Amino acid sequence: MIRNNAADMAAKLVSGEVTSVELTQAHLDRIADVDADVHAFLYVDTEGALAQAAAVDAKRAKGEKLSPLAGVPLALKDVMTQKGIPTTCGSKILEGWRPPYDSTVVTNLKKNDIVILGKTNMDEFAMGSSTENSAYGPTHNPWDLTRIPGGSGGGSSAALAAFEAPLAIGTDTGGSIRQPAAVTGTVGVKPTYGGVSRFGLVAFSSSLDQAGPCARTVLDTALLHEAIAGHDPKDATSINAPVPQVVAAAKSGDVKGMKIGVVKELNGDGYQPGVRARFEESLELLAKAGAEIVEVSAPNFEYALAAYYLIAPSECSSNLARFDAMRYGLRVGDVDGASAESVMNLTREVGFGKEVKRRIILGTYALSSGYYDAYYGSAQKVRTLITQDFTNAFEKADVLVSPTCPTTAFKIGEKANDPLAMYLNDIATIPVNMAGIGGMSLPSGLADEDGLPVGFQIMSPVMKDERMYSVGAALEAALLSKWGAPLLDKAPVMGGAR
Amino acid sequence: MSSLSRDDVAKLAGLAVAKLAGLARIEMSDEELVNLSNEFTVILDAVARVQEVAGANVEPTSHPLPLRNVFRPDVVVPSLTPEEALSGAPAQEEQRFRVPQILGEE
Repeated sequence: MIRNNAADMAAKLVSGEVTSVELTQAHLDRIADVDADVHAFLYVDTEGALAQAAAVDAKRAKGEKLSPLAGVPLALKDVMTQKGIPTTCGSKILEGWRPPYDSTVVTNLKKNDIVILGKTNMDEFAMGSSTENSAYGPTHNPWDLTRIPGGSGGGSSAALAAFEAPLAIGTDTGGSIRQPAAVTGTVGVKPTYGGVSRFGLVAFSSSLDQAGPCARTVLDTALLHEAIAGHDPKDATSINAPVPQVVAAAKSGDVKGMKIGVVKELNGDGYQPGVRARFEESLELLAKAGAEIVEVSAPNFEYALAAYYLIAPSECSSNLARFDAMRYGLRVGDVDGASAESVMNLTREVGFGKEVKRRIILGTYALSSGYYDAYYGSAQKVRTLITQDFTNAFEKADVLVSPTCPTTAFKIGEKANDPLAMYLNDIATIPVNMAGIGGMSLPSGLADEDGLPVGFQIMSPVMKDERMYSVGAALEAALLSKWGAPLLDKAPVMGGAR
Repeated sequence: MSSLSRDDVAKLAGLAVAKLAGLARIEMSDEELVNLSNEFTVILDAVARVQEVAGANVEPTSHPLPLRNVFRPDVVVPSLTPEEALSGAPAQEEQRFRVPQILGEE
């Protein structure tokens, strides 16, 4: 039952073949069975999930009209607030904090009767590409427990790949939904910036952060996308326009006559041979499905990584100033006569991990007078150039494509002491955030050299998210008929529940 | 050219990072300061590339959306109760956040 996709689970709930309580319990059992090895969850809300499931079953018994995913369980990244449920962002500074309010994403999930199983592990404050920066220990990739599940949303991607949940919420500032999806053989979407409310999403880099849906199929991802998206008056950057029709696009999967642009700069040197081979193969399948493949150039993308590592730290140095030990969270050194400043200094020393400190300091530098123009100011100009590159490319193509990341999952610890090597993981995902457009990653197969999953990235213009779902669904269908079974069937068997 | 030893250079770079750490309100050990300043040099070299294409004729972009101020009607709506707002406070007193002293003794 837990290996079904979310749409099938929903159909079985409707037909009465299974209840939400049974389905939720099956996932809680699975978590109990395998999560000691995977460590996808930071908190499991057994009681709350079962209560929510029982409430959905009662509504269904009464014949109430329910939403398409009602009663299906979900894993929530620990960066979103849920009233009364611990929210740590993977940081010691928020250990034990129970927010007094729901994020809008959680409000929407509850409105749709989607059952929230618990909170998933992540790099501290979403800063990282491996989930090794969590203060609560790393998450392990279900394909190979010695490898990383991607980051920052490695808990959500691992939960999907280990069949601990059929749906998950992620957030993507430079690739934190798409890169974890790529390295775990799952699907993840960063919607257009402003498409999903950021209210209650603990801010890292406000002009780049975007919450989005994660699942094991393109259609499941689309169903979750429509459940959480839409205008929110509580978020001043939320777009007040109809939600793109992504479910219809995922169901049709029609790419006939569509122009698919291959970004020349996001391929080639630095990309693992198996990643390139799977990418080329996917292009052939899309051409066979009726799409026209064209090449596009985005010359300024090579500066995207450098600009990102100025903009994101600058915004984070400002956003994380709120963790000042005064109103919530950790407080250290509050002895008689201690000043507020010394309490702040000591709390932030103990409460923040290495990468968070590194980025706060870098951001403080980039914003300081005398360096502002050279660093933050220049990075903002690069942002303009990248957006122009996208505008030009979208004149030649309906969507753009690339490999999601240059390599498959690396070993835990392999890049932990080399920040620049770690940052390179995001080279193909960052441009999307800089321009605020939509991006999807879906599995395109296994790399021959290591047998690990490879991701295929699709990028669509602002508020044209349905296009990436059409292309994603077409490619998924073509790959499925080629493989004969979902990619995750090739992952190692875990636990005793199968 | 320079008569400074590697240790001296690291110490000087450490001082620069120490100033930034002070501005960011993060206490750091000497060892942390030296490690961070070493990494810092490498990272700054890498990100400085943005200057290659950031000409005077390029407009900066601070945000992907054209931001406008958003107003709501000036009516009272339910919000957090004092108990809820204080629920995460490290210390409280008389329904207020209790904080360490902000001004000096005098």
